[in-house]
Amino acid sequence: MTNTENAKMDMVASKIMTTQQSVSAAMNPIDSLERQLRLTARDVTVHYGAKQALHGISIDIPDRAVTSFIGPSGCGKSTFLRCINRMNDTIEGARVGGTIKLDGEDIYDPSLDVVELRARIGMVFQKPNPFPKSIFDNVAYGPRIHGLAKSKADLEEIVVSSLRKAGLFEEVKDRLSEPGTGLSGGQQQRLCIARAIAVGPEVILMDEPCSALDPIATAIIEELIDELRENYTIVIVTHSMQQAARVSQKTAFFHLGNLIEHGDTEDIFTNPVNKQTQDYIMGRIG
Amino acid sequence: MTDQTAPAAKQPTQRTLQIRASLRRRHLSEQIFRIMGIIAICAALGFVALLFTDVLRKGIPAFHQATLHLDITFDPEIIGVDPAPVQIAGQSAADFNAAQLAWQRNVAMLNWNNVITAAMTEAAPEGFEIDSRALLAIPETNARHVVREAFVADPSLLGQTHRFDLLASANVDNWVKGNIDRSLDDSRQQLPADTRGLVDILVENGTITQDFAWGLFTNVDSRAAPASAGLAGAFMGSLYMMLVVIVLAVPIGVASAIYLEEFAPKSRLTDLIEVNINNLAAVPSIVFGLLGAAVFINFFGLPRSAPLVGGLVLTLMTLPTIIIATRAALQAVSPALRQAALGLGASKTQMVFHHVLPVTFPSILTATIIGVAQALGETAPLLLIGMNAFVASIPGSPVDQATALPVQIFLWQGNENRNFFEARTSAAIMVLLGLMILLNAVAIFLRTRLERRA
Amino acid sequence: MNSMIIAGLLLVLLGLSYQTGWSKGRGLSAANSGVNVHSRPQYHAARVAIWTLVPALVILALWMAFGPGITRGYIVSQIPVDILTALDQGGLTATIQRIGALASGYGVAGEIQPFEQSAADALRNFQTITFLAMIAAAAGLAILALLYARSRISPRLRARNDVEVVITTLLIFCSAVAIMTTIGIVLSLASEALRFFSFINPVDFFFGTVWNPSFSTTATQDYGDYGLLPLLTGTLWVAAIASLVAVPIGLMTAIYLSQYAPRRVRAVIKPVIEILAGIPTIVYGFFALVTVGPFLAGVGNVIGVDISATSALTAGLVMGIMIIPFISSLSDDILNQVPLAMRDGSYGLGATQSETIRNVLLPAALPGIVGAFLLAVSRAIGETMIVVLAAGNSPVLRGTPLEPISTITVSIVNQLTGDSDFAGPQSLVAFALGLTLFVITLLLNIVALYIVRRFREQYE
Repeated sequence: MTNTENAKMDMVASKIMTTQQSVSAAMNPIDSLERQLRLTARDVTVHYGAKQALHGISIDIPDRAVTSFIGPSGCGKSTFLRCINRMNDTIEGARVGGTIKLDGEDIYDPSLDVVELRARIGMVFQKPNPFPKSIFDNVAYGPRIHGLAKSKADLEEIVVSSLRKAGLFEEVKDRLSEPGTGLSGGQQQRLCIARAIAVGPEVILMDEPCSALDPIATAIIEELIDELRENYTIVIVTHSMQQAARVSQKTAFFHLGNLIEHGDTEDIFTNPVNKQTQDYIMGRIG
Repeated sequence: MTDQTAPAAKQPTQRTLQIRASLRRRHLSEQIFRIMGIIAICAALGFVALLFTDVLRKGIPAFHQATLHLDITFDPEIIGVDPAPVQIAGQSAADFNAAQLAWQRNVAMLNWNNVITAAMTEAAPEGFEIDSRALLAIPETNARHVVREAFVADPSLLGQTHRFDLLASANVDNWVKGNIDRSLDDSRQQLPADTRGLVDILVENGTITQDFAWGLFTNVDSRAAPASAGLAGAFMGSLYMMLVVIVLAVPIGVASAIYLEEFAPKSRLTDLIEVNINNLAAVPSIVFGLLGAAVFINFFGLPRSAPLVGGLVLTLMTLPTIIIATRAALQAVSPALRQAALGLGASKTQMVFHHVLPVTFPSILTATIIGVAQALGETAPLLLIGMNAFVASIPGSPVDQATALPVQIFLWQGNENRNFFEARTSAAIMVLLGLMILLNAVAIFLRTRLERRA
Repeated sequence: MNSMIIAGLLLVLLGLSYQTGWSKGRGLSAANSGVNVHSRPQYHAARVAIWTLVPALVILALWMAFGPGITRGYIVSQIPVDILTALDQGGLTATIQRIGALASGYGVAGEIQPFEQSAADALRNFQTITFLAMIAAAAGLAILALLYARSRISPRLRARNDVEVVITTLLIFCSAVAIMTTIGIVLSLASEALRFFSFINPVDFFFGTVWNPSFSTTATQDYGDYGLLPLLTGTLWVAAIASLVAVPIGLMTAIYLSQYAPRRVRAVIKPVIEILAGIPTIVYGFFALVTVGPFLAGVGNVIGVDISATSALTAGLVMGIMIIPFISSLSDDILNQVPLAMRDGSYGLGATQSETIRNVLLPAALPGIVGAFLLAVSRAIGETMIVVLAAGNSPVLRGTPLEPISTITVSIVNQLTGDSDFAGPQSLVAFALGLTLFVITLLLNIVALYIVRRFREQYE
């Protein structure tokens, strides 16, 4: 508790400076180019039984950029993230309304195969959740179930390249057959990222990927996210505004199941339009 | 976000196509897996249904039994005995008892079958020729005892005619119910041809009817008169055993759970006790029977076949169940309640008995009832302490010879008269299952009642 | 009459002592308003009551234990010596009974001999006196104890602690019962089994292939053969068939109920399946004997295989039905303990539900499921009534489950029922078999509980 508290205080103090630094760091030439939209959501609602968790969310998410969802806990940001790859389907009593389109295709269309959708939209979870298998088998899991590798050599190549992309290969190359649960927290989370990459997704959803990690592991993951941005559409839910400012180009602020404001990260942090967004950024709600 | 181009449908990537190729196969295997689950559940449910329908189908007919309605005349010419003795002033109780017994002996020496034969001949249609042996095959062999006891109870019946509802014999019951192939020839029939003919006539004119078999509940077991075999003795035996279990297992079980959960220091010894109790819960029941035979009967010299010993064995068997359930209930009590009680200055004992125990009462009660129901159905250990002896009386105390409901089922299923006893056994099973369902229903009812109030 | 007096005495003592302790305890707080009274009145009352009742109960217990022996000795002493020497054991017992009946006022049938009458009169006096003496002793001692306990009452007296010590002692005593049971099982099985091994060589028992105990208990040294192996193979056949039935059905049921079924369906089906666990085994035995056995034999007839109505197959099949709920509810618990994050991780990668279950959930839950399986096997090995009724009781080494077999439990029942003297190996062998059974199931349970415990800790 106190850690978060402290972090918040620090953040308020150094808010503007941090924001400007990281935003300018994240600014690179492609940001100024027109980006193609990958995901468009219109009027998305979610009910859990009788309780409404999301109220008419509409947002566009661009390709090859990091979009971050911020907001106080229980604001619906994770719920919305889980709508994007239909993870809410696995929760009994959850109903999703509205449309979400991936490349113009409605992902809630009955003819669309949810298995194929999830192969295209990978997900990394809050707590590192490696399977109780070896490091190799963890990464090979996706390619195996989807039949992506023609041969054993093929599979090995996928595993190695995924581990490399996740920046984990050098650390684990001598112990690929050891259980994935034996790694440190940060390594486990990178293993989960490698596992998601191995399927070859086009979009990667990350649900507070660093909330269970220490600052060093967090820094490594953030760096990794920045690298991955070049090849993937990334949506990240985060509790930390500094993190959102550091890694994302677009930011959306959620509050009480509503999407309050979204836009370029720089605008949101330096010049929020909405009062609630301002309060949150200033640390008055949270 | 106005500077972005509108989304356009894209061509699926190479990888997506690759994934799509195997989707049909994967969804098929998903379907197969799911169907396997449904099949497994249907199999399990099917077994439950099959078992119950089988028992019901076999058992329900046994609740009705061929009964003979007969006018019996206590003809003084056949019953030639002195009047019953009356206690004279100054006669000791022992002497009167002796005189009474002597008179009863005289009454018992009479051939009461003559009385019954006479009544049967009366009931048969005019001119129906049948010898008395064939005639006596119709009522159950206990009929003469029933008539005699009626006379002993009321000696003034002499010279009067009284209507009796007598059980027909097991063979007649089978014949009337159609459990016997009527087309078999005489040599393979249990009843002589004349008897069969007369039975059919008596059924026709209403002398033999299918009445509710109260005897199943009020009579004790019988070998000589199978149609009169009942569960009363076994029921009392089971009742005594359950009393012993409730009186011993519940306080001891709850007390030891309280000690282990609330008072015992966390040490290697308590760990050992915990492991020990968990293992005791999984020891085969027959081993408890061996324990009972060796310790209670052989070492302490308690009587064999007694509900007391059966109850003790079942107590030891039920104890781990009650301890484990009570501990689980105690563990579920929120620490806040404990801290609140201790914070107000209550001692640990006060906290447990005044605050924790009342909250867990519904769970403990339920666990107890379920443990008792389990003990009620247990058979194997009872066989080893001699409760499978044939006992034709209702036990008057927990140290008398007795049998128990499940053991009675075991004894009946082994009876040679398969045709008759298969149904009786199923009926006994229905009674046992009925009791267990009742106990469980009570447990569920009490739990919901008490939990709502709490 | 006597028991009513005793009960009355105890009640009076209880009331008196409780009241005494309570009023004095209450007086304390009134008299010493300045001093801190340690215990509340009811604890003083309970303490005095305990002090009072325990000596009385001890006296009563002594009287119950030794009273009948003393009475009998007194009666014998009242019988004239010449008559006494003429009586044999049975006659003596009958005479004692007659005297007892005369003394009680019920009377006896037949001629009353003068010595009987005088002995009865003496006995009546003796009984009255001893009873009164006992009552007086119990009451007197109780009153003394009461007075002592009362005199000790003071504001500083820790009456509550004293009462709590008594309560705790009682609780410890109750907890010891479970331990005593285990010790009792081990000691009784081991000692009787050792006596069995004094007749039969353990090697012949554990490795013998013939089971053929002789029935004669005469002095001939031919006890018959007591080879365990036919029984052990029979037991294993039944347990194996039971597992083959129960594991797939139980496991798939657990998977479907925990992963696929909507909550409402699950709430109905789960208890219904658990009914199977509550049905007494004798009912399963009967079901196997009269329904399943003939059905299997009929099926065998149709497909041209010789299947006995009572066989390892019949017993195993029905036992498998019995242990379905063990497997399914234990597996259900264990599957539910696998963290949801694991499942989500697999779904997030695009795995179907069955792929997730087969590749992630089951491997993760495997230790727990193995534990559940071992517990179920141990239950199957120790199960008695189904095999007694439906396995055919034919203790012969068999290579096929389609024929009658016998098991360890069946032989225990056969060797011990109806035989009360544990003199010959014929009945003692039951304890050797019981010990074998106990050790096998104990090992299975310990391993299973250990595995399950480790599994739980892994995800806590």
